[in-house]
Amino acid sequence: MNCKHIAVIDYGMGNLHSVASALKKVAPDIKVSVTDDPNIIASADHVILPGVGAIRDCVAEIRRLGFDRVVKDVINSGKPLLGICVGMQAMMSFSEENGGADCLDFFPGRVNFFAGNAKFNQAHDEGSSSGERLKVPHMGWNQVEQVLAHPLWHNIDNNGRFYFVHSYFVEPENKDIIAGRTHYGIEFAAAIAHNNIFAVQFHPEKSHDNGLQLLENFLNWNGK
Amino acid sequence: MALAKRIIPCLDVDKGRVVKGVQFVDIRDAGDPVEVAKKYNEQGADEITFLDITASHEDRDTTVHTVEKIAAEVFIPLTVGGGIRELSDIRKMLNAGADKVSINSAAVYNPEFVKAASDRFGAQCIVVAIDAKRVSAEGETPRWEIFTHGGRKPTGIDAVEWAVRMAEYGAGEILLTSMDKDGTKDGFDLGVTRAISDAVRVPVIASGGVGNLQHLADGVIKGAADAVLAASIFHFGEYTVPQAKQFLRDQGIEVRL
Repeated sequence: MNCKHIAVIDYGMGNLHSVASALKKVAPDIKVSVTDDPNIIASADHVILPGVGAIRDCVAEIRRLGFDRVVKDVINSGKPLLGICVGMQAMMSFSEENGGADCLDFFPGRVNFFAGNAKFNQAHDEGSSSGERLKVPHMGWNQVEQVLAHPLWHNIDNNGRFYFVHSYFVEPENKDIIAGRTHYGIEFAAAIAHNNIFAVQFHPEKSHDNGLQLLENFLNWNGK
Repeated sequence: MALAKRIIPCLDVDKGRVVKGVQFVDIRDAGDPVEVAKKYNEQGADEITFLDITASHEDRDTTVHTVEKIAAEVFIPLTVGGGIRELSDIRKMLNAGADKVSINSAAVYNPEFVKAASDRFGAQCIVVAIDAKRVSAEGETPRWEIFTHGGRKPTGIDAVEWAVRMAEYGAGEILLTSMDKDGTKDGFDLGVTRAISDAVRVPVIASGGVGNLQHLADGVIKGAADAVLAASIFHFGEYTVPQAKQFLRDQGIEVRL
């Protein structure tokens, strides 16, 4: 059986209960630590970097607690690392949020505001015949096109739906790391993958069967 | 490929039981909230909203436990409303496993509370609930006002202006209930739904008055709602969530099936 140890990094920015209970749901025998202890994170087999709220606060807390180095060590160790929502955004170099905020710079690229994009602002809602302008935040269930074959997509239908809630989207400089794409007025990176890192803009812990499958795939992944 | 319109079953919970009143009388028991939430999760509901209509403070601890139990088994977004007055109430509900909280009268009495809540927890988890009632006479330009105390107490605040202000203060979503329509099974108040959806950039959930599936479709197509909320049509088995979604899809509305 699975006796793996999963660390969910807790830097005080929101509710991690749902991530932990979704992990327990797919693998009741694993040990899940919601933790701010660098030693526990270092000893875990798999690491999750979640995040909700404003990016400047998130990045400031990650740095203040020394988690930028901790996460860097996880990346260098080859252990599977999953970034969720603002956890994914924090991996880029820079975000437009909060009047501009430097991020952790694991991947060159930007995090941009939907409503700051001219093409987005001219787009119309394709979800019904009322054809309204698109709302911000992008909130609800949207489709993810799997543009890169990856173990984390195992048993998930291409263009399957996941739950999103965000006003900013990731734009990596290296388009080859985009693992999933979503259309909301414009195309944006819903998932990125590079070596032992997988990061998603949506919330797998809130995405019903598809989300639980993705978390199960993450637990079964060796990071290669 | 497009974002799906959401169908949100709503659980009105009193002293640990799901209830549904018709215009605040004739309350019928609709079961244990955890079982009801699990049923909707299995049916493919897009989110669940849990409104605590319990009056007393002791019973509110029951709500926290119920939310914990739902969150351990239901892996779709969960909004909790009712009695959210302080930042500590929000913290408590988020820690119990809620993804969003819905703020209603506390926003009317103290609009700055919405700002503080959004700054502290992020707009993504702050829903402002608006109870609106039409105050214009037939033939006049339609006008709606905010009412508190279950639709009994007028505030003199214009509903559309209020929605705009709440979005500016950091509401990530508006839950709009028509107090004229709530419990009537007559359909949404499409006028106020459309007016508010056009006026704000954040998503709007239409609520109050759903009696059949056409009402849900009208809320999206005519009311321009981003999500539709209903209670009794689902609780008492008239329709299932998949039936509702199929009906919307047949009318050209994007849904998650």
